[in-house]
This record gives sequence, structure tokens and C-alpha cells, in this order.
Amino acid sequence: MATRDLRETLTLWRLCWTLAQLDIVQRYRGSLLGPFWLTLSTGVMVGAMGVIYATLFQIEMHDYLPFLAISQVMWGYLAVLVAESCQGFTMNEGMIRSVRMPFLLYGARMVVRNVMVLAHNVVVIVVVDLVLWNWPGPVAIYALPALALWLIDSLALTMLLGAVCARFRDVPPIAASVMQMAFFITPVIWRPHLIGDKEWMLPFNPFYTMLEIVRGPLLGTVPDIEVYISAIISSVLLCGVTWVFFGRVRGRIAFWV
Amino acid sequence: MSAMAEELPALIEVKGLSLDFPLYHASGRSLKKTLMGSVTRRMGQDNRHRVVVQALRDISFRLDAGDRLGLIGSNGAGKTTLLRTLAGIYEPATGSVRVHGSLNALLDPNLGMNPNLTGRENIMLRGLYSGLYGKEIEQLEVDVRRFADMDDFINLPVRIYSAGMIIRLGFALATAIRPQVLLMDEWFLAGDANFMERARTRLEDMVRGAEILVLSTHNTDALLDWCNRLIWMEQGRVHRAGPTAEVLTEYLGHPVQPKVKT
Repeated sequence: MATRDLRETLTLWRLCWTLAQLDIVQRYRGSLLGPFWLTLSTGVMVGAMGVIYATLFQIEMHDYLPFLAISQVMWGYLAVLVAESCQGFTMNEGMIRSVRMPFLLYGARMVVRNVMVLAHNVVVIVVVDLVLWNWPGPVAIYALPALALWLIDSLALTMLLGAVCARFRDVPPIAASVMQMAFFITPVIWRPHLIGDKEWMLPFNPFYTMLEIVRGPLLGTVPDIEVYISAIISSVLLCGVTWVFFGRVRGRIAFWV
Repeated sequence: MSAMAEELPALIEVKGLSLDFPLYHASGRSLKKTLMGSVTRRMGQDNRHRVVVQALRDISFRLDAGDRLGLIGSNGAGKTTLLRTLAGIYEPATGSVRVHGSLNALLDPNLGMNPNLTGRENIMLRGLYSGLYGKEIEQLEVDVRRFADMDDFINLPVRIYSAGMIIRLGFALATAIRPQVLLMDEWFLAGDANFMERARTRLEDMVRGAEILVLSTHNTDALLDWCNRLIWMEQGRVHRAGPTAEVLTEYLGHPVQPKVKT
């Protein structure tokens, strides 16, 4: 059944793309800058945080700003995706009850929409690199397979959280506070080496390893093998759990929303 | 929707269908209750007694191309739930539902339309959903626009439309993409008289093309006009089934005459 859902979604990719595009258009309809508000607000945030934390941690702005830009953009994508996933099915209640659509379509639409947002925010990373003239070099190519892994995990996350949150209405606030906590315990705004001799613990944090496989290459360094292993294990777990859970509850989601 | 499906004659076959409607959030089932239930094993037994509504019980029927089935019964008899199950939105707990042919369901007046998008954008989404693109969507738009009498409103968001206009748009959309099987809940009968006349002509065109119609309504005129078979439902069961005039006579308690068509 879950396989059929996947197949039907693939045949409806045009619909999915258009839905995601209209979501963005609709959000910024009538505004002057349109979706470039995303770029601007991320840029302002990275700039302000860069100045403050570079002073607080007493680090060189030249090193810190590219690091912060990538972290902030990727974490922003993840945090919004998690928050939206929690309402993925409940928000589309009307549609789920009136038209038969593969459930994955709702997830795919969310992922495509957020990737479009991400694409606007990537401009900030490019501008920072341009201003500081700090390019990662050919190693950056390693970020591509990592981004592909992000895409697959994103889809799994939307389906898992969407279904769980439709069933248990307590989960969205729990997810929100977990994400908040994860933001502080994960080296997003602070650099991994600052944790000192506890650094061996970091690969056990899937948020860190997932972030690092993208961030490392974009800063010109290839992450350690443990980081990759941890990222792959957590992705396989996430996708496996989602597949089994979604396969079991698929038929009941229409009653839950 | 696919070329393969078009070639098979339309068919609906329902065998021994039962459906329980679990009321999760009404009974206040939360993560806490489930966790507590699994920790204290003895409570788990009690917890299985969920609040369920027996929405459908042991329903069987078969419709072939050309059949026009009407569903009658008091509110809450399970008419809409049956339509949703036929549409594939609810999956049956026991029994089977087999539907051949492309299907379209008019269950909700807004049809999953997004009220913040314009009429044109909603038409495009609907077209994409049905597997159309490019020229076919343009054609769909022309057709819907003419039938729904929309003119310039097509470029305005659906949220500012009048109720009648939304119904016209929904009806035009659902019938523009010629489905082989059309499921319809009673909301669409709320159109104005002029529209109803045109709606009937359009619908009759469609049903004449050897398609299946399942209509749920309290409007006896519509049933007499459009349906050749009726199922009278009570409490999720089939109470009576048979030719329209017969079942309707029993349902209303007085004889009914099919209107003479002019």
C-alpha cells in the first residue's frame, strides 16, 4: 500500500510542483520583494548574529561568518520543515476528506516548498563567501550526495510526523521543544571544537552529523568517517521506521485528521 | 485517469462492507492515555473500548454502466460515509469495495479548492490532479468558465465568491473532467433554478454516456428525475433497495409519480 502511494505521487509530480509554487506565491502575494523577503531576513539575521557571537566567542569574523551562514540556513530549513510536518495532514483535513490523493503528495509538497525557500536562502551563503572571498574549493562537491540524503530524510520526516501528529495531538508541542533543545546542544551557532574533550560524543547526535555532512564540504573540509556513518545509520533508521509505521496506519489517517 | 482505465466498462461492486468510525479526539485519547495504558497492562484492556460509531454495516450491491443510484435515509444513516468509502477516502474495515473506471467525487462544496487561490489556479490544480497538462488545462478552463458563468471572477480568489458561485465552479469542474463514475452528495442542489436546469442537462449528458452515478439527497424530485435505483439506508444498513418509484413510495408513505419529461 505504501508503495502504491509512492508510485501515485510520482505520476502527480506536476501537481506537487505547482502546489508548492502556489504556496510560496500565495504567501507573498501583494508584497514588494516577494519571496526575497526570505533572503533578506535570513541575511539580516546571519549578519547580526555573526557580529554578536564573533565578539562573544572571540573568534575571527572571517572564519565564523561562513560557518554561521551555512548552519543557520540549513537549520532554518530543518526547523520549519519539522514544524510544518506536524500539521502536514491535519492542515489538509478538507482536502484529505474530499479528494482521494496519495498521502505522500502532501509530504512532497511540503518538501518541495521548503527546498524552494532554501534556494532563496542559499543566496545569503553565496553573498557571505563573495564578500569575504572565502570559497570552499572542489571539496564542496561532497555536499551534493549529502543534500540528496537530506531530501530523502525530509520526505520520511514529513510522513512520520504528519501521521503521528494527526493521531496524537500532544506531539506537535513536544516536537517543538525537542527542536529547541536540539538547536542548543547541536553545534549550529557554536563550533564543534569548543566542546573540548567531549567532542567524541558529537557523532551520537544525528542533528550534528546530518548538518556536518553538508556544512563540512561547503567550508572546504571533508567530515570524518564516523560522521558519515552516523548520518547514514540515522537516515536508514528514520526511513525504516517511517516505512513500517506509515504502511500500517495509512488507511486510518483519513479518520484521524 | 489512465488510458487503460478508460477501456474497461465502469463498475462498482461492494461486498459485505462494514466500517467503524473511531472517534479519537472526541474521546480524548491522547499520548498520555496510550502510554499509561501500555505501562499498566491491566488498564490496556479497558482502553481498547474506544468510542466507535458503527457507520456502515454489511452493505452489498453492484452497479454497472448506466446505473444511476440514489441514496436516501435520515441524517446520519451513513450516506456520506458510504460515498466517501466508494471514493477511496475511507478504507473498509471488513468487506471489499471494487471500483472500475475513472472516478470523481463531489463530496464537499469546495472540493478541496484552496480559497486563497484564484478560480483559474484552482482549475489548473484540478486539471493537474486528473493528469491533464498544457493545452488540455486551457481547454478545461474555457469549458468550466463558460458553464459556471464566471467571466472576470476567474482571476479573483475563490474566498470572495458567493456560495452559489462556488457550487457552480465545483460542479463545472467535476463534470468537465468526464469521470466514468460520479459520486455526488446533496450540497450541489443548492444552486439557483436557472443553474439547476443547466446542471441537469449536463449531468444527463454524462450519465447517458454509460457512466455510473451515485447520488445522495433528500430531494425527491432529483431522485425521480435522475435515478433508476434507490437504496434506503437506516443506521448504516441497507433498509430497502429497488426501483426508484417503489422505494420512494415506501419511504415517503405515499405514492409518487415520475414527472413527465417535457
